[in-house]
Amino acid sequence: MLPLNATIIRINEESPSVRTFFFDHQFETMQPGQFVMVWVRGVDEVPMGLSSKNSITVQKVGEATSKLFELKEGDSFGLRGPFGRGFSLPREEEKTLVIAGGVGAAPLAPYAEAASASGSEVHTVLGARSADDLVFEERFEEAGEVYVSTDNGSKGAKGFVTDVLSGINLSVYDKIAVCGPEIMMASVFRLLQEKKALEKSEFSLHRYFKCGIGVCGACCIDRSGLRVCRDGPVFSGVQLLDSELGKYTRDASGRRVKI
Amino acid sequence: MYTLTGLKFKNPTILAAGILGTTGASLCRVAREGGAGGVVSKSIGPMPKTGHPNPSMVKFECGFLNAMGLPNPSYPSFLQELDIAKKGSGVPVIASIFGGNPAEFKEVAEGLLPAKPDAFELNVSCPHAEGYGAAVGSNPCLVEAITAAVKETVNVPVWVKLTPNVSDITCIGSAAESGGADAVVAINTLKGMAIDIESGYPVLGNRSGGLSGKAVKPVAVKCVYDLYTALEIPVIGVGGVSSWQDAVEMMMAGAAAVQVGSAVYDRLDIFSEISKGIETFLQRKGYSDVKELIGLSHEMV
Repeated sequence: MLPLNATIIRINEESPSVRTFFFDHQFETMQPGQFVMVWVRGVDEVPMGLSSKNSITVQKVGEATSKLFELKEGDSFGLRGPFGRGFSLPREEEKTLVIAGGVGAAPLAPYAEAASASGSEVHTVLGARSADDLVFEERFEEAGEVYVSTDNGSKGAKGFVTDVLSGINLSVYDKIAVCGPEIMMASVFRLLQEKKALEKSEFSLHRYFKCGIGVCGACCIDRSGLRVCRDGPVFSGVQLLDSELGKYTRDASGRRVKI
Repeated sequence: MYTLTGLKFKNPTILAAGILGTTGASLCRVAREGGAGGVVSKSIGPMPKTGHPNPSMVKFECGFLNAMGLPNPSYPSFLQELDIAKKGSGVPVIASIFGGNPAEFKEVAEGLLPAKPDAFELNVSCPHAEGYGAAVGSNPCLVEAITAAVKETVNVPVWVKLTPNVSDITCIGSAAESGGADAVVAINTLKGMAIDIESGYPVLGNRSGGLSGKAVKPVAVKCVYDLYTALEIPVIGVGGVSSWQDAVEMMMAGAAAVQVGSAVYDRLDIFSEISKGIETFLQRKGYSDVKELIGLSHEMV
């Protein structure tokens, strides 16, 4: 599949460093948690979780995303996807807990909406550095109850999502979906493990991708050897037992880099 | 069991270099879950390389175009991955290596020896890395010198992977043989390019790259056929093998074994599927040994 040409139809500023780019193509079959390869021509191609059928929500972190932030409505980029395995949706009678940190809210907002639409009761723990950095708070509120935490206490509980989580009875939930910075996910993973809730959890991982289609092996995780781009990016908590999660990742050359 | 260059393989399907070979865990998975008879690592060089910018691989109906740019962590960092593959895969592990000259090849081979790879595969054929791969592999004198340099450094089999982007692949194959190669592997990808007509930009980050998959199989079959005639040493066939029928065809052209690369896109257990298919074919046709297939078409005149 060659990249399709996506024209930007609208740009929303979600926080000082996060923007949503809406484009003129709808990925009708997308499952929340799936990603697209976003080609900023002449620069690089990077994976981004879909934040809706026709949008990506991007944090400015490197060369490609900085270039993306220079684009205006009417400009275009290349898109391939959707790729990978998304979050599994709850059944009608199941209760869902969404745990989102920072821009990790991007793939989880459409998940919370889809879960709610399927009849599931959805609660969200949404964390960020400060009130200004909270992403998609309104979308999560539309889907159900939201517990907010901020590192500096400017909104909600002061502290991390794990501080909020430790006060929640996890046994009432049937599905737990997690996405955020890896250090946060590793803390959530340990907490879910302690509370014996790992079996109903799913985590969305980010790793350096080259091919993005499961062939090159650049994004394989230890010790399973699973490919984040193809077997993931969403993995069950059980799949991540005894894994590199929270310990190390790999750079573009394949060298291990401590997290 | 099946013997090739002195190594024992449980079946004649081997994971090709540059595919799912960046980590030891991935190589183990391809062997254990995928059923590969042997695995070849990502090509490892003297220095860490991040490779070309993305897009680095795109899929077409007829195959794949890629330009990874030899990303690799360098041999000191790869030792631990090779060690994991050796301990966990249960199959022969072949280290693919590259360098810009005989001394660099020697350095990398020597550097990986502590992890005890079962063989080395010399990448003198990557079509899109400046100063490496096909840049050295289209020069017969250099191929012979590189092969000889690695041969005198290691005491395990040395395979040499050839580029089809030359006027006569048998000339390069003969150079490898003269240098002491135990086998040649043919073919690496064919030079190719794709352009995004909406913007005019070449699609690959490196602008051009190498073609693999179904589209290149007839090219690979012809190269293997010619190398089988020209050389005494075994030829390992690679290029567009995605079914047992492709593997049988490659063997009839002269391949002593096949490597499978981009076809892992379809499914990881492609290796089990191909080796089972070959077995069934042998039974149906009444062959007692897979070796009876090797070069069969050369006798059909």
